[in-house]
Amino acid sequence: MSEKNKKYDVIIVGGGHNGLVAAGYLAKAGQSVLVLEKRDMLGGATITEEFVPGFKFSSLANDAGSLSPEVATDLKLHNHGFNIIPTNPLINSLLPDGNHLRIWQDTEKTVEEIAKFSKADAEAYPKFVERMQKVSGIVAKMNEIVPPDLPDLAFFDIKELSALLSPSLNLGWRHIAQVIRLLPMSVSDLLNEWFESDTVKGAIAASAILNTTFGPQEINSTAYTFLQNWSVSNTGLFRSSGQVKGGVGALSEALAKSAQSFGATIMTGAAVAKINISADSVRGVILASGEEILAKAVISATDMRTTFLKLVDPYYLEAKFIKHVKNIKYQGTMARVHLALERLPTFSGMDGDVSEYLSGHIQVSPSVEYIQRASDRIKYGEYSEKPYLDMQIPTLADPSLAPDGKHILSVTVKYMPYKLRDGNWDDLREEIGKLVIDTLSEYAPDLRECVQEQKIITPLEMESVYALPEGSPVHGDMALNQFLWMRPMPGHAQYRGPFEGLYMCSVATHPGCGVTGISGRNAARQLLGDQ
Amino acid sequence: MRLSPFNPRTSELCEPYNWSLWQNWLLADMYAPDHIQEYYAIRSACGVFDMSPIPKYHIHGPDAVRYLDRIVTQDVSRCAVGQVLYTAWCDDEGKIMDDGILFRLGEESFRLTTGDPWLFWLEDNTANLNVVIEDVTDLGTLALQGPFSRDLLKTLSKADLDNLRYFHMIEAELAGIPVEISRTGYTGDLGYEIWVQPHQAVPLWDAIFEAGQDYSLVPFGDYALEMARIEAGLLLIDADFYSSKRVVHDFEKSSPLELGIGWAVKMNKDYFIGQKALKAELARGLAWETVGLEIDLNSLEAVYAEFGMPLYLPYEAWMEAVPVYSDGQQIGKATSGTWSPVLKKYIAIARLRPQFTSPGTRVNMEVTIDAQRKQTQATVVKMPFFNPSRKTSLGKV
Ligand SMILES: Cc1cc2nc3c(=O)[nH]c(=O)nc-3n(C[C@H](O)[C@H](O)[C@H](O)COP(=O)(O)OP(=O)(O)OC[C@H]3O[C@@H](n4cnc5c(N)ncnc54)[C@H](O)[C@@H]3O)c2cc1C
Repeated sequence: MSEKNKKYDVIIVGGGHNGLVAAGYLAKAGQSVLVLEKRDMLGGATITEEFVPGFKFSSLANDAGSLSPEVATDLKLHNHGFNIIPTNPLINSLLPDGNHLRIWQDTEKTVEEIAKFSKADAEAYPKFVERMQKVSGIVAKMNEIVPPDLPDLAFFDIKELSALLSPSLNLGWRHIAQVIRLLPMSVSDLLNEWFESDTVKGAIAASAILNTTFGPQEINSTAYTFLQNWSVSNTGLFRSSGQVKGGVGALSEALAKSAQSFGATIMTGAAVAKINISADSVRGVILASGEEILAKAVISATDMRTTFLKLVDPYYLEAKFIKHVKNIKYQGTMARVHLALERLPTFSGMDGDVSEYLSGHIQVSPSVEYIQRASDRIKYGEYSEKPYLDMQIPTLADPSLAPDGKHILSVTVKYMPYKLRDGNWDDLREEIGKLVIDTLSEYAPDLRECVQEQKIITPLEMESVYALPEGSPVHGDMALNQFLWMRPMPGHAQYRGPFEGLYMCSVATHPGCGVTGISGRNAARQLLGDQ
Repeated sequence: MRLSPFNPRTSELCEPYNWSLWQNWLLADMYAPDHIQEYYAIRSACGVFDMSPIPKYHIHGPDAVRYLDRIVTQDVSRCAVGQVLYTAWCDDEGKIMDDGILFRLGEESFRLTTGDPWLFWLEDNTANLNVVIEDVTDLGTLALQGPFSRDLLKTLSKADLDNLRYFHMIEAELAGIPVEISRTGYTGDLGYEIWVQPHQAVPLWDAIFEAGQDYSLVPFGDYALEMARIEAGLLLIDADFYSSKRVVHDFEKSSPLELGIGWAVKMNKDYFIGQKALKAELARGLAWETVGLEIDLNSLEAVYAEFGMPLYLPYEAWMEAVPVYSDGQQIGKATSGTWSPVLKKYIAIARLRPQFTSPGTRVNMEVTIDAQRKQTQATVVKMPFFNPSRKTSLGKV
């Protein structure tokens, strides 16, 4: 193999979207780059797979509306086949009485819709949107920055924290104060300050808990995750709308093509077994095959546990560092159910064009309490018989994803604990499918007859197949103790690892939060700046 | 509160009922009404100290050597089976967390005794190595110390005690009871530590005390031990240093180099926690060094005379921070001190700025009488203060 004897400027371990973004930026800057992905496909959690012949499923992530527009432009993704298909409504919240609450990208249309449930809420909604846009604007600025390195934050370092806020000072102190007040709140408390209708609150609150372990009523930053999801969204609202033409994996393909066009080399089926460190600086990697590849720098685009407890020999790591790595909280709570449908099921209560109801995000989240109850039992390693569901029928906007006339229904099921108290997920796999179909049949009674085949991804497979640690979609919960300068670990928030030439760029690093590409970009910039 | 497996005997013998707590275990401070008799037993006959409460960990598995080499400052790979090491361990900043004794029981098997409990830290730092750590504090342990200790043990065992070298151990039987005997101790004298399963503890005690009648054997408590360990120049946690784990401020922490146990820090081995910081400290130069002080009795007598008092000497060891001066400037502190009956000297362990640590340097130590701060002259000396050749010599065969 020609890789022998060659020394790369940078090796990137992991071909998820962040690894590929980093590869693009570095190759563009003239570095020789090698990406090593252990699976046979690129994309990590941003991936399209044909589980059923002819049906292209977005296996895990389905929405790329959070991708940083700057990344898309810098890497010319549109030249490489990346396109977002506009879909509307943004959200359709299915209700038990056969009703629907639709949230549109257009505020006035949403106001009309909300008015069916509460006049007061309809009036409050535009003000809510306006205020939260300002506040999430501050969070958006915080997403972009490289957080300060505050290894042991002492009281007197508080002034350092102003570095976090300085980019947003021109947005006004009043809004900064709002952020500070909201940080530790639950999204439920936040919404209670604005709205009265349970239906309205349930439809909106769901956007806060997509990537966290917590329920919407728990006081641990769900108001913050709500704002953070808002801050990266392409709709100007709390939820993004980013169905990718051809499936979400087309984004990863575009990223790969972009990186290759700048000269990067990408290898799949190339699991890294060791990141080689010698005399406190990085030397390269050793593949599972035993082959050693040298590099001046290595970026780990995979999670911290894998990076520092498996790939790097922890023997030479500081005790405190290992403790921080071990203390990262993951706790994935999702399962994914993909249905290949013979035909579109009939959802009750629809009036007119079905795509006006079903082409955006469809939720079973009739109230905040419903979602909270769905989450309550994960504490005990159990799951609720009434799950919160978040789904898409991507074939409505992009029929190319399935054979003629057929459809795809992809469902994210929460809350499903990674650690089960009794039993194991391999045995319970079919139960998840049954639970989803039973739950949805209440809204679409003929669903069962429409299902041609199903593919279930258990919380355990999120780890065993997709390398998400404990099934965490963001390689470590988005929680107050794991954000900004504490992400991924205190003292290492600047994408630099504990050895010279070692960097981190997965979603485990700031800003976390999903398919944004910001981590990959920031890490690449840090590396280039260090040269 | 927990009781040592020897408690059925120690509780009967502890006449003044003077107990204290050590890691939540009951420990006798003294058995006789006056601990000085116990001290003299250590130095001129023999005594037994029930050290069972000392935290003990059994560390074993294929990677035990590599694991311990990461944790402690000594070079474990060079410790032979049956050998024993004094060692320290540090945090990432090279500040001492504790010191203890490491016994190599087998190729892949060690026992570590510590000042504080460390199970959590030990388990947290396995770095994926194949090693098992078990708390075996329940093991009964007696320290038999003093010039007659070997002769006494020889009456109970066929083991080759004459050839058991200092800081080595053997498996043996004492009066038919299986034990491990290590030639170790905290007194700086000829002495042994005997390790026994808890259910055999009382019979072992009885056998040793029966044989001990011919050797003036007495049990001794913590007060006598403190005097002996200061004479031996041995450090004590929470007195001569604090564990970096349990203090808040940097000035409360110290490095093993500052504590004078740099000889137990093997800087050139592959890696250990704190190594980088300690190398940097060496390069920078030490901020403190640890030495002995001999207090000038004439000078001290004069201080007491000012108050119309006769010379007072600490017959019980003290352990607190006492300022040390040179030319009116504070240059450090003494951390433990005692009257040494065998040396007929008042001695202290002190940590001073390096320019004041060469032997013979004259310094002043604070003496407080009636809340008035006075100073007595003292001289810097090397430690240990008391180091008899019998501590390390082999037996006569
Ligand atoms: C069910 C689900 C739904 C989601 N929905 C959305 C959504 O709609 N929108 C959104 O924005 N986000 C969503 N997310 C989150 C988002 O998908 C992830 O946060 C994001 O894709 C992570 O990207 P990454 O590149 O940082 O890491 P990953 O995608 O996890 O990439 C890491 C890569 O490293 C590889 N790897 C690991 N170990 C090795 C090794 N030893 N050698 C070589 N390669 C290795 C892995 O195979 C993987 O390809 C969802 C997540 C899940 C689980």
